[in-house]
Amino acid sequence: MTARQYVAQHQKGRTDPGQWGRRLGWLSLGLGTLHLAAPNLIRRLTGVDDSAASRMVVRLVGARELVHGAGLLFGRNTRAWAWTRVGGDAIDLASLGVALARRRGGRRARLVGATGAVLAMTAVDVAAAVGAARTRARRLMELTGTTTIRRPRSEVYAFWRRLENLPRFMTHLDAVEEIDVRHSHWRATAPFGRTVSWDAEIIQDVPDTRIAWRSTGDAAVRNLGTVTFTSAPDGVSTEVRVRIVYDLPGGRLGAAVAKFFGEEPHQQVTDDLRRLKQALETGDVVRSEGALWGGRARAEFPQRPAQPPRPDELVRADELVRGELVRGGLA
Amino acid sequence: MKAVTWAGPNHVEVQQVDEPVILNERDAIIRVTSTAICGSDLHLVDGYVPTMQKGDVLGHEFMGEVVELGPGIDRNRLRVGDRVVVPFPIACGSCNACAAQLYACCENSNPNAGIAEKVYGHPIAGLFGYSHLAGGFAGGQAEYVRVPFADVGPLTVPDGLTDEQVLFLSDILPTGYMGAEMCDIQPTDVVAVWGAGPVGQFAIDSARMLGAAMVVAIDKEPYRLSLAEQAGAIPINFTEVDVRAELLELTGGRGPDKCIDAAGMEATHGSLPIDAYDRAKQAVRAETDRPHALRQAILSCRSGGIVSVIGAYGGFIDKFPVGAWMNRGLTLRSGQCHVQRYMAPLLERIQRGDIDPTRVITHTMSLDEAPHAYDLFKNKQDDCLKVVLKP
Repeated sequence: MTARQYVAQHQKGRTDPGQWGRRLGWLSLGLGTLHLAAPNLIRRLTGVDDSAASRMVVRLVGARELVHGAGLLFGRNTRAWAWTRVGGDAIDLASLGVALARRRGGRRARLVGATGAVLAMTAVDVAAAVGAARTRARRLMELTGTTTIRRPRSEVYAFWRRLENLPRFMTHLDAVEEIDVRHSHWRATAPFGRTVSWDAEIIQDVPDTRIAWRSTGDAAVRNLGTVTFTSAPDGVSTEVRVRIVYDLPGGRLGAAVAKFFGEEPHQQVTDDLRRLKQALETGDVVRSEGALWGGRARAEFPQRPAQPPRPDELVRADELVRGELVRGGLA
Repeated sequence: MKAVTWAGPNHVEVQQVDEPVILNERDAIIRVTSTAICGSDLHLVDGYVPTMQKGDVLGHEFMGEVVELGPGIDRNRLRVGDRVVVPFPIACGSCNACAAQLYACCENSNPNAGIAEKVYGHPIAGLFGYSHLAGGFAGGQAEYVRVPFADVGPLTVPDGLTDEQVLFLSDILPTGYMGAEMCDIQPTDVVAVWGAGPVGQFAIDSARMLGAAMVVAIDKEPYRLSLAEQAGAIPINFTEVDVRAELLELTGGRGPDKCIDAAGMEATHGSLPIDAYDRAKQAVRAETDRPHALRQAILSCRSGGIVSVIGAYGGFIDKFPVGAWMNRGLTLRSGQCHVQRYMAPLLERIQRGDIDPTRVITHTMSLDEAPHAYDLFKNKQDDCLKVVLKP
């Protein structure tokens, strides 16, 4: 199975958690604006145009909707903001209940209609809030990256195929141990200082062309990766394309891993590939005084000043480069 | 050791820092014997280049003696005791950019490539002492400096040449030369050079060396213009005359065939309101660079001509005359200088006496005097054109 198929299969029926939040956010902004711009229209539609107090209530509802909208569109925690909409619905239903008890005839009919609409909206809001909670619990994260390396395809393939080389350029890995031609054992530093390890197997191996692998057994973070090697048009270089899929678990570990990869998870793979290119083209991972540990997106800024390191900084950086101190230093 | 460090906008200091150590296998440590302040260092000091940090060691024009070599250096290529000039772009020599001799675009030498890529679309090479965007490498205005990929860049200096004769092979001489080379100069060409600073002076020398019929220098400092005149250029002072009208007059209405922008992002305009307009936009970050020279070069250049940009630009500009450029078929060429490409041939020219780089030096000072030297150079006091520092 390719990474693409894996993603397609596992994401079937799932909605992007952000999508509902954005839709509700725009809806809130629209409703809020309408309430504030045309309060009398709202009062007539809902049948409360006989009450002077309703002028103020409608405006307050409008203002509140604007807050929901802004929170859903620009806030960090979509789930919490979705629940504020549910709370707003409850207030609206209570107000409508009070209004209903006091009215008869045409106005009452309009109020019943409005209550029905709010009830339907409440159902949507609850579903969105619960859905946001669930998608936060478990999700797939797909990372891709590509680079061109001025070395023959066979050499780039061979370097990667020797999986023990991977920690040389993938900074989150501590070690990969090859058990036999198909099976390997991987060890990485989890973001909060714990070491996680898992077994993996090669599921596709086309020499000089493609390698695919996946975790086996009860890996804490199940994952799947493919790398393809193609000849660049110059006839000298090799184009490398990588796709890695993490099946992020719920709870603390999943949240921590997601945080580890940051807001731009692709950057991680891109940085890894840059180091792979450096290793293959120059034989080393390039360091500067500012970036003593080489380029690492998560640790890039602020850097230490571009001046020679003190002896203690150097010892620590050397350990970091060898991957021995990643857990304390970068997490 | 002593080093010149950036201490915030408009502030340079001499600081005591640790001596450099080998960080990569192909590093060398150089004891600096001469280093210079570059016009582009002023962009850093003035605060126009992002990602500078307090304590960054400045300097990308330097030379000296090899005192230590990493284990990955071929001893037939470089030995302890060799006297070398170091090019300012750091280049690995083995990526596709280096294979194409585009050393300033080296794909491997910038550990902060991820950041550079966000600003420029693709990464740029690591540069000595030129912000963390350019890698965060300590510069050479210091007693010692670490030089990565020392088996690629540094040029061994033959005996019998002084530091002053070869120091500028590190940057400004090849930069000026590349500015002229990009113009494909023909024997009938009139070449106009905006900016008569050190790079502009070498662009003038190079344009003459490459056979231009006439070279024009545009600046506002009389002492810089008179130096250009001594080098055979026709001076135009943009604070006194209308540059475009003067260029038309000199070329029978055609405009210069080739134009070189050796001014860059902190150019000044002869018209006070226009100058104030761009300064204001720059101050509020509505544009990062003031492109007066570039605009004027594009508008002045004859149709079908070449505009060659070697003055440093950092970010974004406003009111680029795209209509003039497109409709009149101009060619725009540019680049940080691929210094490694030009060092050996220009060394030969120096040895043959085709060019005398020492003519731009106006001040020689100690490293301790660096803050004063920056002031003189920045404010164009004491007819300062080029400062050489002796650590």
